[in-house]
Amino acid sequence: MTKTVTDVVCPFCGTLCDDLEVVVSDDGKDLLEVYNACAIGAEKFLHSQAKDRITRPRMRQEDGSWKEISYDEAAEYTARILADAKKPLMYGWSSTNCEAQSIGSEIGEAVGAVMDNTATVCHGTSLIAVQDIGIPSCTLGEVKNRADRILFWGCNPAHAHPRHMSRYSIFPRGFFTGKGHAGRKIIVVDPRVTDTAHVADVHLQIEQGHDYELLDAFRVAFKGEKLPDFVAGIPKEKIYEVAETLKSGRFAIIFFGMGVTQSIGKNHNIDAAIAVTRDLNEYTKAAIMPMRGHYNVTGSGQVWGWQFGFPFAVDLSRGFARYNPGETTSNDLLRRDEVDAVFVLGSDPGAHFPFSSVKKIYNLPSVAIDPHETPTTEVCKVHVPVAFVGVEVGGCAYRMDNVPIETRKVVDAPEGMMTDEEFLKRVFARVKAIKGV
Amino acid sequence: METVTLTMKDQPGLYLEADSITPDAFAGKKAEEIVDLPVYTGREQHRLGDFFEVSGTAGATPAETKIVVNGDISRVKYIGMKMTDGEVVANGNADMYVGAWMQGGKITVNGNVDAFAGTGMKGGEIIINGNAGNYLGAAYRGDWRGMAGGKIVVKGNAGSDLGTFMTGGEIVVGGDVDVHVATHAEGGKIVIKGNAKRRLGGQMVEGEIYVFGNIDVMMPGFAYREDVDVEVDGVKGRFALYEGDLGERHRKRKGQAIYAKLYQLVGA
Repeated sequence: MTKTVTDVVCPFCGTLCDDLEVVVSDDGKDLLEVYNACAIGAEKFLHSQAKDRITRPRMRQEDGSWKEISYDEAAEYTARILADAKKPLMYGWSSTNCEAQSIGSEIGEAVGAVMDNTATVCHGTSLIAVQDIGIPSCTLGEVKNRADRILFWGCNPAHAHPRHMSRYSIFPRGFFTGKGHAGRKIIVVDPRVTDTAHVADVHLQIEQGHDYELLDAFRVAFKGEKLPDFVAGIPKEKIYEVAETLKSGRFAIIFFGMGVTQSIGKNHNIDAAIAVTRDLNEYTKAAIMPMRGHYNVTGSGQVWGWQFGFPFAVDLSRGFARYNPGETTSNDLLRRDEVDAVFVLGSDPGAHFPFSSVKKIYNLPSVAIDPHETPTTEVCKVHVPVAFVGVEVGGCAYRMDNVPIETRKVVDAPEGMMTDEEFLKRVFARVKAIKGV
Repeated sequence: METVTLTMKDQPGLYLEADSITPDAFAGKKAEEIVDLPVYTGREQHRLGDFFEVSGTAGATPAETKIVVNGDISRVKYIGMKMTDGEVVANGNADMYVGAWMQGGKITVNGNVDAFAGTGMKGGEIIINGNAGNYLGAAYRGDWRGMAGGKIVVKGNAGSDLGTFMTGGEIVVGGDVDVHVATHAEGGKIVIKGNAKRRLGGQMVEGEIYVFGNIDVMMPGFAYREDVDVEVDGVKGRFALYEGDLGERHRKRKGQAIYAKLYQLVGA
């Protein structure tokens, strides 16, 4: 016999779908099938069942081979490199629960680390812009039930957040949006003809890297001022037309992604997009929301915002929190040789950082805590496999709209495996013993 | 004016946070007291004397104190931070935050500076005889008040985000600048003698930008008004005057909106 667990929360992307059904074996040890999830989410659940999964910590040997070590030895190594370093980098934190992030923050404070999460190469620039001019935002529920003007700027949910469009933004029928897709106008701004652009009513195929200019042009258009004939390759008539479409809606929402946060201008692009949203509120209701990637990157920003006052790139080395992206962000620290040990949890900088930064990680004392074998575990000295959060252990995660959702455990982790939280508690105990506090 | 000379002898393992290299911290101290001033690498506190040879004596007040820094200081942050008076001469390429939150006095860098020089500067003068990095004379993260007073002169080029949130003071760049100039500025004056790329005056409320060379892309929010004769930084010329950012909020005087002004040289 099997049993079906309902209302399972998907620990893949920031959409944090909460309607999955997972079929598990009667003894709760095997996960058999996943329903309602997108292809990526389903794969995340099923991958926990891989037969070749690494279930014990391992340390890199001189000859490059791995040697199995105990969780105690791994905790000792981790505590030792953090305590010995003058300025360790503790990076990642986006694919784990808030409970683990909280203990990680305590360790960071004890060792004077720089705490940084994946926002540093993703939506960190959005957070800078939010600090600069604030953000009029809303929940995804409001989008589903109210929004009739949907603008996707530099993001492609068809591939990156596959169920976002069906659950919240384009297709669902909500309380005031009974006509579903038919009642909404979809606008996509993207230099490429993406699959999201295919379902749009209007696709503004902008010249790559001219987002700031086009956003500024919308603000000029809202005010009825004159525009040059073309902005970012878009004729002015089209810009006035789209500006009118946005103004005429009952509720406009702008979703934006890495096409604007990590292209030229970075935080300024988001700054301008927030200004566009603010301007739209002169005519109708409008909100803006970043399409957060990892399922709990938002949560790590929440935990640190609460504990340190800053959502990423927090430098605790002098005993108080400092924050200045450009200086305290992971790639700047690695590039400039500003850190002397690297700790990675719940992220894969080996795959996503520039190669020059990855080389620096390779040359430093380093540990990667991750259920998977990744490019990061390949360059680190110690790899600590842990239970999958949201599959083998529950915990709090924050959706992209800052709504906290409690993830659920559906199966047992393989015998003897620790969770992020358990391992970090052990590391913290060792750090305290080494430091004598 | 008394002079204290610092000569770098040992490089820090990481970077050195030396916010004590200011006339304010040195004033009234002898060399043997100055070596005991705190500096930091990561979470470790050290003495200034662990990294620098110190000679000379400081004046009784910051105004009477001159500091000369020699050697490879490319890993030293915060030189002249928050100084109120006196003089600092850095002979070499300095790292981040040179003259950040400076209130008075003069800093001369005979080399390049990295990012965040003159952050939140209120007064005084910074002369950079090389190139400057990003965020020159800008606001610190989250602050809506950037450079408010004083003057920064760069002989070479400057990076991106020049004068972000600037409210006053003057920046003169001898060479070229990267993207984003005077974003969100509410005052102040920026003179660019070389070429500019894009995004000049985005979201700018008030203030002036002068460009002697080319501008790759003009912001759509800046509208051409007229050609005017202006003298700027000792150069007389005919400039095309643009006003903007039309999309941004602007205060009004006698019913007329006051815009930020962008001047581009069109003829001598």
